[in-house]
Amino acid sequence: MNLSNLALPVIVLLPFAGALLAAVSARYHRVASAWSAALAALAALLALAPLIPAVFGGETLIQSWQWIPAIGLDFAFRLDGLSLLFTLMILIIGLLVILYARYYLSAKDSMGRFFSYLLLFMGSMLGVVLSENLLQLLIFWELTSLSSFLLISYWQHREDARHGARMALAITGMGGLALLGGVLLLGEIVGSYNLTDVLAAGDQIRAHEWYLPALILVLLGVFTKSAQFPFHFWLPHAMAAPTPVSAYLHSATMVKAGIFLLARLFPALSGTEEWLWIVGTAGMITLLLGALTALFKHDLKGLLAYSTISHLGLITLLFGLGTKLAAVAAIFHIINHATFKASLFMVAGIIDHETGSRDMRKLNGMIKYMPHVAVLAMIAAAAMAGVPLLNGFLSKEMFFDQAVVAGRTSDWALVIPILATLAGIFSVAYSLRFIHDVFFNGEPIDLPREPHAPPLYMRIPVDFLVVICLGVGILPAITVGPMLAVAVEATLQAKPPYYSLALWHGLNAPLLMSVLALLGGILVYVFRRRLFDLYEKRVEHLDARIIYNGILNGLLGLAGFITRRFDRGSLQNMLVWIIAAAMLISVAGFVSRDAPLFGLRELMDFDPVALFAVSGLVFASLVTVVYHRYRMISLIMLGVVGLVVSLGFAKFSAPDLALTQLSVEIVTVVLLMLALYFLPQYTPMVGSRMRHLRDILWATAAGLGAAVLTLTVLTRDMVPISGFFIENSVPGGGGTNVVNVILVDFRGFDTLGEIVVLGLAGLGIVALLHNIRLYAPLQDSENRPWTTDSHPPILQSLSRLLFPFMLMIAVFIFLRGHNLPGGGFIAGLIAALAIILQNLSNGIVWTAKRLKADMHQVIAAGLFFAIGTGLVAMTLGYPFLTSTFTYLYWPVVGKFEVASAMMFDLGVFLVVVGATVMILVQLGKLNYLPVTPRLRSEGGV
Amino acid sequence: MEFLIALSVGVMTASGVYLVLRASTFPVVVGLTFLSYAVNVFLFAMGRLQVGMPAVVDPAASGYSDPLPQALVLTAIVIAFGMTAFVIVLALKARDVLGNDHVDGKDVTPPAGKGGDA
Repeated sequence: MNLSNLALPVIVLLPFAGALLAAVSARYHRVASAWSAALAALAALLALAPLIPAVFGGETLIQSWQWIPAIGLDFAFRLDGLSLLFTLMILIIGLLVILYARYYLSAKDSMGRFFSYLLLFMGSMLGVVLSENLLQLLIFWELTSLSSFLLISYWQHREDARHGARMALAITGMGGLALLGGVLLLGEIVGSYNLTDVLAAGDQIRAHEWYLPALILVLLGVFTKSAQFPFHFWLPHAMAAPTPVSAYLHSATMVKAGIFLLARLFPALSGTEEWLWIVGTAGMITLLLGALTALFKHDLKGLLAYSTISHLGLITLLFGLGTKLAAVAAIFHIINHATFKASLFMVAGIIDHETGSRDMRKLNGMIKYMPHVAVLAMIAAAAMAGVPLLNGFLSKEMFFDQAVVAGRTSDWALVIPILATLAGIFSVAYSLRFIHDVFFNGEPIDLPREPHAPPLYMRIPVDFLVVICLGVGILPAITVGPMLAVAVEATLQAKPPYYSLALWHGLNAPLLMSVLALLGGILVYVFRRRLFDLYEKRVEHLDARIIYNGILNGLLGLAGFITRRFDRGSLQNMLVWIIAAAMLISVAGFVSRDAPLFGLRELMDFDPVALFAVSGLVFASLVTVVYHRYRMISLIMLGVVGLVVSLGFAKFSAPDLALTQLSVEIVTVVLLMLALYFLPQYTPMVGSRMRHLRDILWATAAGLGAAVLTLTVLTRDMVPISGFFIENSVPGGGGTNVVNVILVDFRGFDTLGEIVVLGLAGLGIVALLHNIRLYAPLQDSENRPWTTDSHPPILQSLSRLLFPFMLMIAVFIFLRGHNLPGGGFIAGLIAALAIILQNLSNGIVWTAKRLKADMHQVIAAGLFFAIGTGLVAMTLGYPFLTSTFTYLYWPVVGKFEVASAMMFDLGVFLVVVGATVMILVQLGKLNYLPVTPRLRSEGGV
Repeated sequence: MEFLIALSVGVMTASGVYLVLRASTFPVVVGLTFLSYAVNVFLFAMGRLQVGMPAVVDPAASGYSDPLPQALVLTAIVIAFGMTAFVIVLALKARDVLGNDHVDGKDVTPPAGKGGDA
């Protein structure tokens, strides 16, 4: 297989592997996690490098494997110009952020956690931009929301971080849900979830009656992710994250995921009135709102956050305009915004890091302390403002140009260029504030720390990005031209329109608008004091967060109200509800059908032995209930019931069940007895007579219902579906014991799940019993002292004698299990019983000395065998857990069948032994806990 | 015979439900065990009752008992054990943490005298 055929999934999965590596390596050295993170990103870049020429040659690489074909989900990746652009941005800015964060994080912060979250995000984001299958894209989309949540709440001790993270997750998660709906609709319309098909079916989608719902749902996903009005408010609150995160996720990459999707689905969805109105309006409002608010934020990061919102709005607006040239401008601005905004965030982080404050009212005159940073900030901010010779200028000119073009379409459309200029004015004003307020404007005012220049390596990423800003701004055709061309072609899925990247287009309307914006911005900044006053008086208290909190609190209140109505803190109450509901539903089922209650199947004859056994069962059950307050008696009677049940299984041709029930019965009774030692041996009389009467009524009704239901079924004929299993058991599974073959072969996956559950129950019990303190009673319920002879000699010697025989039986039952009644479950229970018997008769200490196996490891080994058997089948090219068998001839034994399912059964055996013994031994160990005299005197309840 | 099975299922269900509605942990655990017996027998009976059928594939056999419910019930028995064990240990833990064995953690034991009018 050619390795480059795997390159795309490798690029996506490398950061995930790196996340693991970063988490592990942090244990050895905190900086090691930074190194491994950088290594993962570098490796992904290296894997990408050989594919780049093909993409520049106009190819679209698709690497696809079937995953779940039934729902149209493929494991499919796509690399074209657009995804290449985003992949490069994610990886390169990612690398810079890793370098930056290595110096940004303080000694108190856990680097391992940070870098593994960051790489988790990087992998998810790469997955979004490289997915060919829309469903798969959605999975990664959700992963970006989750990793963003983890990164925002990185400083978990801070309340604003936790709230900001929750808000971001709630909003983007909601959008993800909507997007899922939209994608499902698109998939239904097109008949495929693969982008290649969806992009080619644009006309079909736009003509379909579901176009509008699909569009709205997709746009909800896009707008929430890319912080478009009215969902923009989560982004400023996400600034509680460490600044490298803000630079990476919340300006350069994650918030661009929505925009990426706009670009990706541009050929499929754009070009309609609806698109123009919804996308254009949201973009325009966001652009203005962000630009206006940014000026008034005193927090450096707050200013940058609103500025990011504004620029995202600008890009959205461009896509909304829907023309090809607007799309070119949008793509171009994506690149430019990522570079200058990431560098500005890094500058903000440096200032915060070196002064301890981000408040622009205190930060002044920083140019004295960090001149180099000041120069970088000035260039980047100038790019943000759209000053000529910088990259921001070029895309902003394109934007103005498109605004003018759109303005010509009708009279009212004239507002587009006017509003665009207004946004430009404010964007100049806040850029100016960022520079003037921080680096000039007098002396700093009581900063927490004496400002000084940052470490070299914290500055280098900013240097790098600013050089890009300059390079693109001065020599656009050489630096960014080819990349832009392929990205645009991939976005439009067509030849790009003619556009020029020249710096000088002559004296025209866009240039005039730029000049207006620059002059107007300076003017606004000069008169900012008045605007600030106005803002603080009239606007500041208007915050979408209030609405969000209102909705959130309302929902929480509603959930609390419903919970309180149903859950009054009483288990009995809840159980009555459950039982009543179950009965209501089943009675409704009976009543709603007019079929006769009982069928006409020929019934079996009574049999005196059965009658006797059932009488025993009924008697024992009644005794358990009537004497349930004498717990020992009820326990013994429970054992009788279990015994009768296992006899019943034996009678009705189910020897496997009989054996299982019998051995489980013994283990259960021993278990309950061990536990009963620590519990009161009496149940006190509580509750009113009415309550008992009510419970008896419920119980009788439930019993009657169950009996009638059983009879209803048993009197009817049926056609079993197990013919398949009986016919294929020998030829397909190689065993004559159909029950066992079903367990280890036909339904092996279910069994695997069940032994996992059993193992987990065992582990859970160990965890529960950790550090437990219980009163060991001195007497039993009749005030008789417990015997001091805990290990009677006769039992001791007999049990030791029995041990090898019991194990031999276990092995025998195990080996014959595939062909005769038996198998891993039963054998496991018998072996567990053998070990437990030793523990009971000889004591845990004695047994532990002789049986050195750690039951945790036994469970692990069992799961290893069971899963391993499945994986071996997979490596041989069969589905998971496929079994095979062959016949061997052993001397003396003769023909002997070996099935790979036997290895699986061995896994089952080990898990059952491990879990059962572990549970009982852990309980038994409680007896050996040192009990303080005070507790002893309290015991004997 | 079918009546006897239905009777058994009914009695075990009724006992289970009654015990599950008790206020102390131990009877609740015993009740859950009862309920799992009832469910297992019920599930098993869904394959209809067969007496004297071979348990393994045999070319000479005239018929088989339904192996599918049996396989289901076999694992159900083992899982039920795991659940019982977990719940009883939970009860022990609750007694340790809360100091009593009431299902809601409320201490309702009369302070003097043991076990009331048992």
